[in-house]
Amino acid sequence: MKIVLLALAILAGGCASVQNPDPRDPLESFNRAVYNFNDGFDKAVAKPVATAYKDVLPNPVRNGVRNFFSNIADLFIGANNLLQGKAEEALTDWMRFAVNTTFGVVGIADWATDMGLDKHNEDFGQTFGRWGASSGAYVVLPFLGPSTARDSVGTVFDLHFDPVGNHYPVDGRNAAIVLRVTSQRADLLDASRLLEQAALDPYLFVRDAYLQRRRSLIYDGRPPRESQEN
Amino acid sequence: MLRGIELALGGIALLAVTTLARAAGADTPPDVLVKDVTLEVVHIIRSDKDIQSGDRRKIVGLIEAKVLPHFDFTSMTATAVGLNWRKATPEQKQRLTEEFKTLLVRTYASALSAYSDQRFDFRPLHARPSDTDVLVQVRIVQSGTQPVSIDYGMEKTASGWKAYDVTVGGVSLVANYRTEFGSIIRSEGIDGLIRNLHAKNESLAQSRQQGKK
Repeated sequence: MKIVLLALAILAGGCASVQNPDPRDPLESFNRAVYNFNDGFDKAVAKPVATAYKDVLPNPVRNGVRNFFSNIADLFIGANNLLQGKAEEALTDWMRFAVNTTFGVVGIADWATDMGLDKHNEDFGQTFGRWGASSGAYVVLPFLGPSTARDSVGTVFDLHFDPVGNHYPVDGRNAAIVLRVTSQRADLLDASRLLEQAALDPYLFVRDAYLQRRRSLIYDGRPPRESQEN
Repeated sequence: MLRGIELALGGIALLAVTTLARAAGADTPPDVLVKDVTLEVVHIIRSDKDIQSGDRRKIVGLIEAKVLPHFDFTSMTATAVGLNWRKATPEQKQRLTEEFKTLLVRTYASALSAYSDQRFDFRPLHARPSDTDVLVQVRIVQSGTQPVSIDYGMEKTASGWKAYDVTVGGVSLVANYRTEFGSIIRSEGIDGLIRNLHAKNESLAQSRQQGKK
C-alpha cells in the first residue's frame, strides 16, 4: 500500500493538463501518469516474469494452471449471473464447476468446455452495470489497470469475495495469487505485443478498447446500438 | 493491470487467425467466405515451415494474397477518420488508406504468428438472402477462457462481399482507431495523421530488420 501511495504522489506531481478532454475521461492527465507507471512496472517486472514462466513451463502445465484458477472463478461468476437474474447461465457456471472439479481433477482439466458448457465472463462491475449503474469516469488504477468509477467499486467487491484471496494460510494464498497473475499475464504476451504495434497512442487505444469491451460484456456481447455522436 | 490488459486486448491476438482470404467468386455467401478463408489461412500457417519459424515476410505475403482482397480499406479508413474524411483531399485520402492498410497488415502478421491450436466455431448466419449488410460471427474456443468472439461487418459489393469492420471480443477495430485519429487530427491536422501513421510503419519495419520477432 505504501508503494501505491508513493507512486500516486509522484504521479500527481507530474500531471499536465490535457487539451480537448474526452468527456468520458476527465482525469486523463492523472490516468496517463498511472498508465505510464503501470507500463513501467509491467516492463520491469510482470512481463519478464511472465515470459520466463512461458519459456520454462510446457503448454500442458500452463493450461492446467489456467484451468485451475478459471474453475475456482466459475463459482463466483455463477453468483454474479444469479445476481443479474440469469439463472440458466448461473446453473451452467456451477455445472462447469461440478464437472471440472470432479472429472477435471480439481479443475486442472476443463472438460466442461468440451461438453459444450461455455465459460462466461462476469464480475461485480458488470452486475452493477446490468442493474443500471452507468460507468462513470474512466480511471486507471495502479497495478490493476483500466477501470471506471463503477468498475472500481466492482473490483473492491470482486477482491473481497475472491475465493483465492480469502484462502488461508497467507503464504499459500500469496503464492497462489502470484501464480494466478503470472499465468494471466503470460496469456497476454502476444496481445500486449500486438498493442505496441497497432496503437499510435497506446493509452487511448487501451482506454477505448476497455470501454467498448466492458459495454459489450455487460450486454453479454449484444449491446444496443450507441447513438453516433461523431 | 492484468485484468485491464486482458479486457482490452483479450481477443486481438487471435484477430488475424480468422481473417478473410482467397479470391472466391462474387456469389460466395459471406459466412462461407469467412469460413473458407479462415480454414485455408490456418492450414497454410500450420503446414508452412518458414512461417512456423517466424518468417515475417512470408506471412505478410500470405495476408496480401489471401486476405486483403476481402477487405474494403477505403471504407475502414473513412470510418476511422470520421467527419474529417470529408475535409481530406483525394490525395490525402489515398495516403491515409495506404498507411492504415500497411499498419493493419503488419498487425495481422503479428497476430497470425501467435496462432497455435485454437478451435473455431463458425456461427450460423442470421440474414435474409436479400440483405446487403451482414454480421458474420466466429468464435474461438479455448479451454479455461471465455470464447473470443470475432464479428465481421460485411457489405455486398460488385466484386463480392467485403469486410468493413472487425469486432474482437466486443471491440470494434475501426471504432477504436477513431478516437486516436481524431485526437491526432485535432492537434496536427490530417497531414499530421499521415505523418504519424507513416512514422509508425517505418519504425515497425526497422525493428523487424534488426531481427526482433
